[in-house]
Amino acid sequence: MSASHDQLPEKPRPEYSDENQPYWDGLREHKLLVQRCGGCNTLRHYPRPLCDGCYSLEYDWTELSGSGKVHSWTVSHHPFHPGFKRETPYVTVTVDLAEGLRLQGVLEGNDASALAIGREVELTFNDVDAELTLPGFRLV
Amino acid sequence: MFSLADKTAVTGVGETAYGRESRKSQLTLTLEASLAAINDAGLTPKDIDGVIPYAAGGIVAEDFVTNFGLPDLRYSALTPMGGASPVAALQSATMAVATGVANHVLVALGRGSISGGRITQRLAEMPQMRLVSEFEMPIGTNAPAQFYAHMARRHMELFGTTSEQLAEVAMTCRRHAQMNERAMMRKPMTLADHQASRMIADPLHLFDCCLESAGAAAVVISSVERAKDSPHRPVLIGGVAEGHPDSPSAITQRPDMTRLGIARAAPIAFAMAGVEHSDIDVAEIYDCFTYIVLCQLEDMGFCAKGEGGDFVSNGRISLGGELPVNTHGGLLSEAHIAGMNHIVELVRQLRGDCGERQVKDAEVGLVTGFGDLGDGSIAVMHR
Repeated sequence: MSASHDQLPEKPRPEYSDENQPYWDGLREHKLLVQRCGGCNTLRHYPRPLCDGCYSLEYDWTELSGSGKVHSWTVSHHPFHPGFKRETPYVTVTVDLAEGLRLQGVLEGNDASALAIGREVELTFNDVDAELTLPGFRLV
Repeated sequence: MFSLADKTAVTGVGETAYGRESRKSQLTLTLEASLAAINDAGLTPKDIDGVIPYAAGGIVAEDFVTNFGLPDLRYSALTPMGGASPVAALQSATMAVATGVANHVLVALGRGSISGGRITQRLAEMPQMRLVSEFEMPIGTNAPAQFYAHMARRHMELFGTTSEQLAEVAMTCRRHAQMNERAMMRKPMTLADHQASRMIADPLHLFDCCLESAGAAAVVISSVERAKDSPHRPVLIGGVAEGHPDSPSAITQRPDMTRLGIARAAPIAFAMAGVEHSDIDVAEIYDCFTYIVLCQLEDMGFCAKGEGGDFVSNGRISLGGELPVNTHGGLLSEAHIAGMNHIVELVRQLRGDCGERQVKDAEVGLVTGFGDLGDGSIAVMHR
C-alpha cells in the first residue's frame, strides 16, 4: 500500500474573521477568550457583532476559567467527515461553563461511561498544529 | 383580523418514483413531479402564476418559467428552512393566494443523487450553518445525526427516554411503508433489528436515521373558490405557521435543547384552524430522526415535555391507533423528499385515496416540517 493511500482528507478548519479571530488566537495561547458586551457587560459565545440584550456593537474579550459541567454528549461512530475516520468512536461533550456560556469539545480519553448531566469537567487545549488549537474537555 | 384559515386548498399533488439514486437530474425530477401535481389539479402549466422552489435545491423560479413557458409568473419566493421549507412554503403560498397576488402557486422539491462524502461539504457551505461550520465542525461535529444526538441524549438523561421508545417510531414507519408501493424500505423491522443496527452517533442507531433518496414531489395551492373546479375533493388549509427556536444557528447555545421551533408554530396553526389535538385523525410528522418525531409530538402539545417516549409506545401512532403517524412510511422508510412527501401523503389521506393504509374517515390532519437545527413548520388541513 502506498503512503498516499493512507492519506485521509484534511479535517475542516475554522475560517478566521474579525469577529472570531481573538477566540482562536486565545486558544492557541491556551486561553479561553469570549466576547464581553461593551454596553451591559454580558458575556456571549459564539462570537457575533451585536449584543441581543442592549444592542451594543461594542465589545472586548475576557478570559474564562474553563471549568464547567456536562450538558449533553454524543459518541460519534460514523465518520461523517472522512478526516475523522481514524478517531471513531470519539466522544463530544457540550458543556455549561461556570460563567454561563456553552462550549463543545472532544472528551479526553474517549470514554462516555462516566458521563452524566452535571458531571464536572475542565477545558483542555488540543494543539492540532502551530496555527490551530481546538477546545476539549477532561473529567475532574 | 385577517386570517389565512380556509382561504386556500391543496388542489394538486404529484411525485416521481423514489430511489436511492436516479439517472435523472434534480431539475428533471422536480419538473416531472411538478407536471404530475399540475395535471392532478386539473390545470396546465400555463395556469401556474406562483412558484416556490426548494431553497436548498439550487433550483430557481426561472427554471420553471423557462421549462414550462409560464406566461405570467407573478409570485416567487424561497423558504430557506431545510426540512421545514415545504410546509413553511404552504404558509407563503397561502399568503400569496389569499391576498390575490397569485392564483395557483406551485411548491416543488427535488433531490438528486447524493454521495455520502458531499453531505458535510454541502452543509458547511449553507449560510445558516455558519456558526456550526466555524466552531463545531473542526472538532468533529459535522452532520445532523451528531447535532441531534446531543438533543436526544439530553432528553434521555432528563426524562428516561429509551432507545426502545425511539425504535417504536422507526418500526411504525416501516410497518406503514409495507402498505405503500412507493416506499424504498418495505422489509419488516423488529425491535431486535433496530437495536442491532450499527451505532451512528450515540444514542442514534442507523435505523433511527432517515434514508437518502433521489426523487421529487410537488403540490399546487389554489384559492378555495378555484378548488371547487378541481377534479378532486378539495383539501383545505385550515391553519399554517412557521416557528424558529432560540439560538437557531447553534443547538449547543440553545437555552432548552429539547424545545424546537414548532413549539411556537403549533398553537398558532391549531388556533387558526379552530381544532383541538383530539380532532387530528392523522399526522405526517417530519422524521429525519426518530427522536425528532417524539420531540415534535411534545412541542405540539400532544403530550407533556418528557412524555414523548411513552406517547409513541403501545401502538398509539400506528394505523388503527389513537394518532396514526407517517402513514406513508416517512423519511425513515418511504423516502427523503425533505417532507414534501409528507404533504402529498396528508392530502391523499384526506381525499380518502390511500387504499390499504387509509385512515378510516380521516377528516382533519396535520403535517409538520423540521430543519436547519430546529426550525419548525406545521399545517392543519381538513377535507
